[in-house]
Amino acid sequence: MATIDAAPPVPRRRSVWSTVLRNPSVLFGGSIALFMLIIAILAPVLGTRDPAEINPSARNQKPGYTAMVRDDEGKRIQVKYHLGTDSLGRDIYSRVIYGARVSLIVGITVAIIAVFIGLIIGMIAGYVRWLDGIIMRFMDGLMAIPEILLAIALVSLSRAGLPAVVIAIVIPQIPRVVRLVRSVVLSIREEPYVESAITVGTPTPTLLFRHVLPNTTAPLIVQGTFICASAILVEAILSFLGIGIPPEVPTWGNIMAEGRTYFRILPHNILYPGIALALAVLAINMLGDGLRDTLDPRFAKRF
Amino acid sequence: MGGYILRRVLSTLPVLAIVAVLVFLMLRLTPSDPAAIIAGDYASPEQIEGIRERLGLNEPILKQFIIWISGVLQGDFGESFFYKKQVAELIGERLEPTLSLSVITILLVVLVAVPLGIIAAHNHGTWIDRFVMGFSVLGFSIPVFVVGYILIYVFAVTLDWLPVQGYQRIREGVGGWLLRLILPAMTLSLVFIAFIARMTRTSVLEVLNEDYIRTARAKGQTEIKVLIRHALANAAVPILTIIGLTVAILIGGVVVTESVYTLPGLGLLTVDAVLARDYPTIQAVILLFSFAYVLINLLVDVAYTFLDPRIRY
Repeated sequence: MATIDAAPPVPRRRSVWSTVLRNPSVLFGGSIALFMLIIAILAPVLGTRDPAEINPSARNQKPGYTAMVRDDEGKRIQVKYHLGTDSLGRDIYSRVIYGARVSLIVGITVAIIAVFIGLIIGMIAGYVRWLDGIIMRFMDGLMAIPEILLAIALVSLSRAGLPAVVIAIVIPQIPRVVRLVRSVVLSIREEPYVESAITVGTPTPTLLFRHVLPNTTAPLIVQGTFICASAILVEAILSFLGIGIPPEVPTWGNIMAEGRTYFRILPHNILYPGIALALAVLAINMLGDGLRDTLDPRFAKRF
Repeated sequence: MGGYILRRVLSTLPVLAIVAVLVFLMLRLTPSDPAAIIAGDYASPEQIEGIRERLGLNEPILKQFIIWISGVLQGDFGESFFYKKQVAELIGERLEPTLSLSVITILLVVLVAVPLGIIAAHNHGTWIDRFVMGFSVLGFSIPVFVVGYILIYVFAVTLDWLPVQGYQRIREGVGGWLLRLILPAMTLSLVFIAFIARMTRTSVLEVLNEDYIRTARAKGQTEIKVLIRHALANAAVPILTIIGLTVAILIGGVVVTESVYTLPGLGLLTVDAVLARDYPTIQAVILLFSFAYVLINLLVDVAYTFLDPRIRY
């Protein structure tokens, strides 16, 4: 009588996300990034003053300054400026809190747009052979212009404002995404399952969406995270140089630009938004590092 | 090797050409009329038309490009809208602070980052390694201008050791020149020290597992010699690649650092030109920085062939 061997127990397949969430970098960076996101969303609740409110009697005050101001109904109330005020008497604490909104909006928008456009161009370059050379030479040219300089040149072309700044930051990022997507497409094309799909006559759009696109997801999530961090930094730099988002908008870069004049006596105007900015960039970069190590081990060896 | 170098030099030409086209088109795509900007607020339409004629702005775009590029090739970048003088002359005046800052920064980076990376790799897994790595993550995330202001606050305002801002030309005294560049160079170098220390550590670590390192140690070579002559020499190519690629970040950092320390260099010129919508100057500076970036990477590639005789193309 033949004995039937018990089938080896099928290992329970752990979902990718549970591996990702165990990574310390993802946990640490992700929590800080989430915390910043919550601050940004809750800005109206957390902020003690209107970030644009000018109070001439409370200019250039140190952190912890308290003053009597009239509220909306005309009653005199006591207000504490937790992080002091700037040279127009605006509350630094509330401005830093609201600044998180602008930074995160810029970071996330830039990442999504750059990844989306880069994905389309990269798939075309990787798939349409005769366009590849033209597209890639153009991308090489764009990449030869240092990122921040290209963004600076692009903001000079139109009226300063959030959309112009977003576009100026997106364009230098696109070639990086295109290169990545193209390299994935080129390596996938050689895979046996793709060749067999071609042999059985799979139409190109189906091939791209069913076989190529899923392979780009992991590297693009990683790349998108790094783009987000870089975009937050470039936005702050543009605002700091006085050529980004208009100065009345509370962004971290704008608060710092405003604080430059009285920096010697009131360093907090630069210090606090600076800490917020550094923390946001650090957190998102760490999140990206962790995601790369867990989602995309092939690229983990690259710096 | 000569053939490789020649081919590599030739291969940069198309990139430079595309950069030139992009930079040219950027200016032409602006909604504002350069002729109107030059003419100022009180010019008559005839005067504006005259300027447009003189600048060749009525010509077809291809001809305009040819006029512009042949000027550029002869060192003529046109006239600045804002400063009312030749852009080439303007750039000449602003070159010294930028070059001084960049050279001192690169020296500082190589002198600090490479030893730091080697030490971290040698003490792999110990607290020294973790400290260097932690510092490198931190240095990579603190924005240049925040670093700049922290350093100013500590060394110039609180301790009063170094001047806060400003620049002194090298011919007015090397001491004063160097003194004013210490803080800017420290500021600018931090992010690169972080980056290159990390890269050096990774490259040296990889090499340290090789057989020839074991052989070198077995024959009784001192550890310093093993690290420098065997490990670093073989890890040099990836380190050099990263130095070449980070030149782009260096250039971005120069713009910000010059702005923080009010060094009258090309970076500050770029920002002022953008604020004044001075397109010929913006164009020239972007073109110059991009060419510098491409050429430095060309030099890096050529240097490979000398550093690593195994590389043959």
